[in-house]
Amino acid sequence: MALLFDTHVQKMKYNVLREVAKLAYSDELTSAKLMEVSKTIIPDGKPMFRCCIYKERAIINERVGMALGGEEDGTVVSVLPIACDECPVDGIQVSAACRGCLAHRCMDNCPKDAISIVNHRAVIDKEKCVECGRCMAVCPYSAIVKHTRPCVNACKPKAIHIDPETQKAVINKEKCISCGACVYQCPFGAITDKSSITQVISLIRNSHDNKEYHVYAVVAPSMASQYPNAVPEQVVAGIRRLGFHAVVEAAWGADMVAWLEAQELAEKGFLTSSCCPAFVSYIEKNFPSLVPNISHNLSPMAQIAKWLHETDPSCHVVFIGPCIAKKAETKYTKTKEFVDYTITFEEMQAMFSARGIDVTKMEKAELDNASFFGRIFARCGGLATAVEQALREQGVTPEEFTLKATSCNGIAECRTALLKAQKGVLPENFIEGMACEGGCIGGPACLSHSSKNAAQVDAYGRSSMEQTISDAIGVLRLNETANH
Amino acid sequence: MTTISVCIGSACHKRGSYAVLNRFKALAAEKGVSEKVTVAPAFCLGECKNGVTVKVDEKLFLGMTEESAEDVFNRYVLPKLG
Repeated sequence: MALLFDTHVQKMKYNVLREVAKLAYSDELTSAKLMEVSKTIIPDGKPMFRCCIYKERAIINERVGMALGGEEDGTVVSVLPIACDECPVDGIQVSAACRGCLAHRCMDNCPKDAISIVNHRAVIDKEKCVECGRCMAVCPYSAIVKHTRPCVNACKPKAIHIDPETQKAVINKEKCISCGACVYQCPFGAITDKSSITQVISLIRNSHDNKEYHVYAVVAPSMASQYPNAVPEQVVAGIRRLGFHAVVEAAWGADMVAWLEAQELAEKGFLTSSCCPAFVSYIEKNFPSLVPNISHNLSPMAQIAKWLHETDPSCHVVFIGPCIAKKAETKYTKTKEFVDYTITFEEMQAMFSARGIDVTKMEKAELDNASFFGRIFARCGGLATAVEQALREQGVTPEEFTLKATSCNGIAECRTALLKAQKGVLPENFIEGMACEGGCIGGPACLSHSSKNAAQVDAYGRSSMEQTISDAIGVLRLNETANH
Repeated sequence: MTTISVCIGSACHKRGSYAVLNRFKALAAEKGVSEKVTVAPAFCLGECKNGVTVKVDEKLFLGMTEESAEDVFNRYVLPKLG
C-alpha cells in the first residue's frame, strides 16, 4: 500500500492506536500488556528522535494513555509535556547570513531603534524589539528570521502559550476550539487528541453481531479522498467488516441541514453556519454578541443520527470523520444525545489494521443516499452551494430572499468575516465557516491532505443517484409525517 | 396496527426503495386502511444483496419492486387487518 499518512507523526500515533486496538479486540487491555506496547513500537537499539529509547518509550506510554481516552478534563486535545521538545521561542533573530552591510535597512526601518550594527553584524535589542517584523521584510539577504513554535503558529484562536518555567506548550482551555490544527502541525507529535477507540470496539463487541442493539457508522463525505488506492465503496465494505450494522452517509444529514438552513436563513436574513463545531466554538468564545446568529440546526452528523434514533430505537451511533472538534461536539454538546462516539479516519485505519482489513482488497459495498449537494459539504464552499440549491428547490424568489454567502476557508478568514459582521459592515448575509483550510478535507485527522482531494469529493458527489436535495431527503421527511 | 418497514439502506435505495415505500403508502390510502397500517423507512434489514427488502411486522419479503408491492399488500397485509 502506498504511504498511508502525510506525516510520521500521524504514523506514530497510528502505530499506538493499532496496538491498543489489537489488545481491545483480544480482551487484553491489562496494564502489563499496555506497558509492552512501547517496546513493540520502540525496539531495543538506537533512539530515532529523542535522547534515548527510554524517553521514546516513555512518550509512547503517554500516547497509549491518550489512545485509551486520556484524562477527562473537559477537553479532547492535550499536550504531552514529556513529548514537547521545547522548541526555541526567542522570536526575531539575526542569523549567520547577516553580512553587516552598508545599507543596513533593518536598522533604518526599525520603528523602535532596536537594531544596531556591532562587529559587522546587526544586533537586536530584545528589550526594545516589538516583533513587528519590518527588519525581516527589508533584509536583502533574508538574514533575519522569526522563531515561532509550530503549535503557536498553527493556533489561530491564540490558545497556546509557552510556560516560562518549563518551556513547555500549554493550551488555554478557555480559548481552545478543539480544531486540532496544533495536533497536525506539531513536528514532535507532542499535542494529541484523545481517543474513544476502545469504547467503540467494546460497543461493537457487546452488541453480539448487532443482535442486542444496532451499531451504525455515520461516515463523513471526506472519506472519498482518504485512500488513493481504494474507492469509497471499498472503504464502506471495510467499515462494515469492522462489525457495524450499517454505514450511513453524514452527507445525508448535510442534505437535511442545507434544507433547514435555507428555511432559517430566508426567515432570519442573516446566519452563520453550524456544521463545523470548531467554528461554532470560535464564535462562542470570541464573538459572544454573534451567538444568536448561529444557525439553530444540528450538525449534519447529529441530524442524521437523530433520524436514525427515530427510525431504529435500538441504535447506537459512531461518527467516523477527519475531525477532532467533532469529538468535543460529541462529548460536550447536545449532540451527545444522538452520537455515542466520534472516531477519526486515523483511528478507523488503526481498527482496520488491527483486524487485518486491507481496504484496497475489499469488495465494493454500496453507499448511496445523499445528493451531490450533501456530499460537497466536505470542502469549503460546498455548504453555501447546497443552501443556494435548497433555496431554489424551495421556490424562494430573489425578491423574497437572495443569498449572498461568504465561504471562509480557515479560522483566519472566519475571523475577518466575523469582525465585519460584529460591526455590521459585512456585505454578505451568510457566513459558511470552516475552521480547517480547505474545509473538512483539510481536517487534522485526514489520512491524506492532497491538493486533489476537493476534486475527488466532487467526483464522489456527482456519482450520487439522487440529483436534488429534496429527492435525497424526501424519505426522511416521509418518516417525520409517519411519526406524527 | 401493522407496520410495513421498507429498507432504505444504500443497496435497497439504489434498487428503488423510495418508489416501493411510496407505493405502499399509496396502497394503504387507496384501500382506505391508512389508519391501520404504518409505512415507515427502516435502515438495513440485513439482506443487502437481495433488496429491495420489506418487512411486514416480522415477515421479510425480498426482491420487492414497485410492481410486486400490490400483491404483497393484498395477500399479506390486508388479511392481517381482519
